[in-house]
Amino acid sequence: MSSLERSDVARLAALARIDMTDDDLDRLSGQLSAIVDAVAKVAEVAGTDVPATSHPIPMSNVHRPDEVRPSLPQDRALAAAPEAEDGRFRVPQILGEEA
Amino acid sequence: MTTVDWTRKTAAQMAAALKAGEVTSVELTQAHLDRIAAVDGPVHAFLHLDPEGALETARKVDEDRAAGVELPALAGVPVAVKDVLVTEGLPTTAGSRILEGWIPPYDSTVSANLKAARMPILGKTNMDEFAMGSSTEHSGYGPTHNPWDLDRIPGGSGGGSAAALAAFEAPLAIGSDTGGSIRQPASVTATVGVKPTYGGVSRYGAIALASSLDQLGPCGRTVLDTAMLHEVMGGHDEKDATSLDEPVPACVDAAMQGATKDLTGVKVGVIKELSGSSDDGGEGYQAGVKQRFEESLERLKAMGAEIVEVSCPSFEYALAAYYLILPSEASSNLAKFDSVRFGLRVEKDTVEKTMLATRAEGFGDEAKRRIILGTYALSAGYYDAYYGSAQKVRTLIQRDFAAAFEQADVLVSPTTPTTPFKLGERLDDPLAMYLNDVATIPANLAGIPGMSLPSGLAPEDGLPVGFQILAPAHEDARLYRVGAALEASLTEEWGGALSAQAPELEVAG
Repeated sequence: MSSLERSDVARLAALARIDMTDDDLDRLSGQLSAIVDAVAKVAEVAGTDVPATSHPIPMSNVHRPDEVRPSLPQDRALAAAPEAEDGRFRVPQILGEEA
Repeated sequence: MTTVDWTRKTAAQMAAALKAGEVTSVELTQAHLDRIAAVDGPVHAFLHLDPEGALETARKVDEDRAAGVELPALAGVPVAVKDVLVTEGLPTTAGSRILEGWIPPYDSTVSANLKAARMPILGKTNMDEFAMGSSTEHSGYGPTHNPWDLDRIPGGSGGGSAAALAAFEAPLAIGSDTGGSIRQPASVTATVGVKPTYGGVSRYGAIALASSLDQLGPCGRTVLDTAMLHEVMGGHDEKDATSLDEPVPACVDAAMQGATKDLTGVKVGVIKELSGSSDDGGEGYQAGVKQRFEESLERLKAMGAEIVEVSCPSFEYALAAYYLILPSEASSNLAKFDSVRFGLRVEKDTVEKTMLATRAEGFGDEAKRRIILGTYALSAGYYDAYYGSAQKVRTLIQRDFAAAFEQADVLVSPTTPTTPFKLGERLDDPLAMYLNDVATIPANLAGIPGMSLPSGLAPEDGLPVGFQILAPAHEDARLYRVGAALEASLTEEWGGALSAQAPELEVAG
């Protein structure tokens, strides 16, 4: 498998919603590439006969009764929001000017 | 007036003294707050302190005790809480600038358990950002310094909790362990730390790093103290769907049994691949670490244990699997830090640009590295090769453990290959940093419990060495039995706990 290129890191950062300057990309690309090369060895032993484990202690259908219980009051849920209005979280405009 | 320095006592001794009326919780709590004020400047174990809250809890415990109310075992004994746990009304950052100043509107189950146990919460301890690291150098608020040598790392991510114990700023502390974040700091600070069985302690209100690996656990200076805290923290919680619906293991009883130093019939398996033996990757292991490990094995043998060698060949791939699974889960868990509901917002003209700018400013380099790595590992076209393969390695590691536990009741290794290194030494080399956790990571991948306890100082540098004990899932009590036996044997030789040998910290005027 090939290493991560600088352009890959830029694309991944955009997908992960992290702005990256040229300096960030310079610094992180080489490190990430070395890490990817090191972890790629997992493919050496992962044969098709080996099942995957997603969870260390298997459990299934963990339910509780579907009943109304007290929850966080609205004012406290909103208390730490950067901005709130009319009992809701307020954000900057969602679509660009051209939309 | 008594001249007893209460901060030097064990939590068990404090609990007994409180019960006997030899000290009040207010006195104990104030003694620790004074100690923090005197030494925490250069140590920097704490991010936030809550003297008023802690003293208020202490006062009420003292009142109730005076009134004859029956109290829990650790009532009035102060505790420090890793900043990964949300605490109602007390700032919680998980070591990240993106949560600077956030006051959670609710309590995690573990902080609620501490309150129900009537334990004064001294404050929140420093950690690598979102528990990503082995040195606390990735904290957004500056590193913690190891009380044994202030130029060295206290381990991570729970370096703040471990340093608080080693500096006698708290008798007990809460940690979280995703790949060794309780055990490796315990190892490098000569303290005790336990990662319980996955699901043994509720993670409700613990800020998630990697949900299939994370586990909260107790930290102390002795095995018995750690057992007492474990029993306070553990238990079923319907707010956490991964919480085990079974009784809390009898940790305290096991520790007391172990302290009798009889290990007759106990089979101890030495993990060949993690023991630093020269034919298996021994080159990364420091000489003094190997020496103290081998001496500890002799002690276990002298107490009646049978030592066998076990092999776990897939462990060679554990670190690689971990650094795919963890970033994948972390990239998803950290998506919630989006500038909308809590935390930092760097305002731009659209919400998308706001998110991009907020996450760029709020996250440190390690968080960014791991988010990008996880985004990559989960992306179409690479998923099978990376994340899928890592999950298969996880199966192989579980099989290795299952086979090893057929031959032994507990497995052992050095906790970490070296004594604490200097701050800054591995900061620009993520792969070298990741190697700290080579011996602790397999337990997280398999969900089994593990303990680190002090096994001495390395002769070459006089710094702490840790001994790791692992047990099968649900068998946490075995850690305490074997750990308490080893501790009893070692402290007999040392004439007290190893932590007492730490150099005196300079006290602020």
